[in-house]
Amino acid sequence: MTAAPRRVLAALSRQRRRKVAPFLLLLMCLGLTGGAYAAFAPSPQAAAATGVSAQSIKDGRALFRLNCASCHGLNAEGSSDAPPLVGVGAAAVDFQVGTGRMPAAADGPQIEKKRVEFTPEEVAALAAYVASLGPGPAIPDAEALDYADANAAQGGAIYRTNCAMCHNSAGVGGALTHGKFAASLEGVSAKHMYEAMLTGPQSMPVFGDGTMKPADKREIINYLKTIQAQPSPGGAGLGKLGPVSEGAVGWLFGLGSLIGAAVWLGAKAR
Amino acid sequence: MSDDLHTDPAGGHGHDEIEPVRTGELETRFRDPGLPAHIYRRSDIDPRAAKRREREVAALFGLSTLGTLLFIVAFFVIKPTDASGSEMLSRVGLSTKLLGLGLGLALFCIGAGAIHWAKTLMPDDEIVAVRKPMRSSDEDRAGAIEAMKEGAAGAGLGRRKLIRNSLVGALAPLGLLAIIPLRDLGPLPGDSLEHTAWKAGKRLMSDPAGHPIKPEDMEIGGVVHVLPEGIENSEHPLNDEAKATAIVIRLAPEDLDNQRPDRKGWDVSGIVCYSKVCTHVGCPVGLYEQQTHHLLCPCHQSTFDVTRNCEVIFGPAHRPLPQLKLTTDSDGYLVAAQDFQEPVGPSFWERGN
Repeated sequence: MTAAPRRVLAALSRQRRRKVAPFLLLLMCLGLTGGAYAAFAPSPQAAAATGVSAQSIKDGRALFRLNCASCHGLNAEGSSDAPPLVGVGAAAVDFQVGTGRMPAAADGPQIEKKRVEFTPEEVAALAAYVASLGPGPAIPDAEALDYADANAAQGGAIYRTNCAMCHNSAGVGGALTHGKFAASLEGVSAKHMYEAMLTGPQSMPVFGDGTMKPADKREIINYLKTIQAQPSPGGAGLGKLGPVSEGAVGWLFGLGSLIGAAVWLGAKAR
Repeated sequence: MSDDLHTDPAGGHGHDEIEPVRTGELETRFRDPGLPAHIYRRSDIDPRAAKRREREVAALFGLSTLGTLLFIVAFFVIKPTDASGSEMLSRVGLSTKLLGLGLGLALFCIGAGAIHWAKTLMPDDEIVAVRKPMRSSDEDRAGAIEAMKEGAAGAGLGRRKLIRNSLVGALAPLGLLAIIPLRDLGPLPGDSLEHTAWKAGKRLMSDPAGHPIKPEDMEIGGVVHVLPEGIENSEHPLNDEAKATAIVIRLAPEDLDNQRPDRKGWDVSGIVCYSKVCTHVGCPVGLYEQQTHHLLCPCHQSTFDVTRNCEVIFGPAHRPLPQLKLTTDSDGYLVAAQDFQEPVGPSFWERGN
C-alpha cells in the first residue's frame, strides 16, 4: 500500500471513535475495489459499444425477436435447436449473420454460407444487441485488421501448423466427418477471417487472443491474402487440392493421350 | 512319328522320343493361309487424296517450325526476372507455358508428320522376309573356341600367380561394398521410441510462435499446437519435435465426465493434452471438431473422441492417442507433469501390442 492511503488510514484510526469513521472506511474500500475492477477488468462490451447507441441495441432486439428467437429463444437463452447466445459476443454475430450462415436455411451437418439476409446496419444492430447480453469477443476494429505490414511468411508458418490440416495449405477448404467440412477461405474478408479465429464458428476451434495473438492473426490473414492474390505460375491450379486432382489429370489425360498415340501409331491408314 | 504330336506331352513320353518336325510334315497339316488381300489406301488410288495427305504432312512439319520459332521468341521476349512479386510469378507462368508449348509442338509435330507420311504415302505393300538361321557356321564356331583357348593360354593365369592372387584379393572384398552401407540402417533405436522430450516441469510452447501458455489464456473450445520448451536446442530437433508434438484442447468441465477414472487430474481446469502423432501410421492428428470433440487424422480418417481420452471411434487406428498429464508451474504456465506414459505414434515390433 502506498504512503497516501496509509496516512489516511492512520488518520482514520486516530479518530475511529467517531461515528462516521466505519462508514468512511467502508466507502473508501468499496471505492477502491470498484475502481480497481473498472481499471483492470476486460471490457469487450465497451469496445463493442463504441459507436453503438442504445437505439441500435433496441433495433437489434426487435430484429432478433423476429428472425432469431424462434430457435435461439426470446432472450437468446438457447433451445434444443440452437445454442444460447449470451456471451458469444458481437464478433460471432457479425461473422454468422454477415456471411449469411445465419439465419440458417435448414438443419444439416453444417450451416452453409449463403446470401446475406440483412443490411450492414441491421447486422450491426443484431451484433450490438447480442453483445449487450453478456461480455464476449468484439468485432475487430480497423486497427486490428490492418494486416498490410504483417509478416506473411511467419503467417504461413502459423497457418500450416494451426489451420492447414482442415482448410488445406492453399486455403481452399477440406472435408471433415459426417458431411461437415472446413470452408474455403477464398474471397473471405479479413474481418470475417479474424472473427472466425476469435469465435470458432461451428466445428472450428477457438483461436482466442490469449493463445493466438492479434499480430499472429494479422500475419495469417496477410499470408492468405498474399497467396490468394498470387497467380498460379505452374498453370491451372486444379482446385489447389494437391495430389488428388493432379493425379486424376495426370492419369486420365496424360496416360490417356499416350494410349491414344499408341493406338494411332498401330492403326493402318486408309 | 506324327502320332506323337496328338498325345499329351505330360503323358509319359520322353522328349527324346519326339522327332524333330520337318517342314514337309508341317505343310501337310497346316495350310499356309498366305497374306490377306492388300487393301489400297485412298492416297494410293486417288491422286487428289495423296496430294491432300502430302499437304497434311507438310502442315505438321510447318507447325513444328512454328513451335521452334515460338520457343525462341518466348525465350527472348519474356523476362520473368525483370519484374517482381506477383508480376514475376505471372511471367514465370506465361514463360513456362509458351516454352513448353513451343517445344512440344516442335518435337511432336516432327514425329507426327513423319508417321503420317509413312502411314499414308510411303509404300505399304506386305512383304514376307524369311528369318535368317541363327546358328553360326561350324568353321566360325571352331574358330571362336580356338581363340578363347589361345587367349587363356596367353593370359597365363596358371603361371603368373602374383596376378592371380592379387586379382582374387581385389574381387573377394568387392562384396563388402554391398554390405557396408547397410550399417546406416542402424544403430538400433534403443529405448528412444519409448520416451519423448517431455519431462516434468517442461513448459508447453505454442507451435510455431513459441509462446508459453497460461490456462486462463485458453477459451473453452480453444486449441493450441504445442512443443516442449527448448526443443529447438536439442541434439536432433526435428526427430524430437516429431515425437513430442502435441495438441492442447480446452473442454468444458462437463465434457470430461466420461474420461477414464485413472486419468482424473491429468487436465488443468478442462485443458487436456494429447500426442499429435496418429497411432496408425504417424500422421499429425490435427483436425479438431469443436462441437463433436472429435479429433481427426487427415491421412486415413481415424477419429478420436477427446471427451473419452481420445479413444478410437472410427478408422484404422488401433490405440487411443497417448495423453500428456498437465499441471502448472509456479508462474502459472502450463507444464507437463511427466513424459507420455506409453510410446507415441504407430506400433513397432518391440512395443508388443
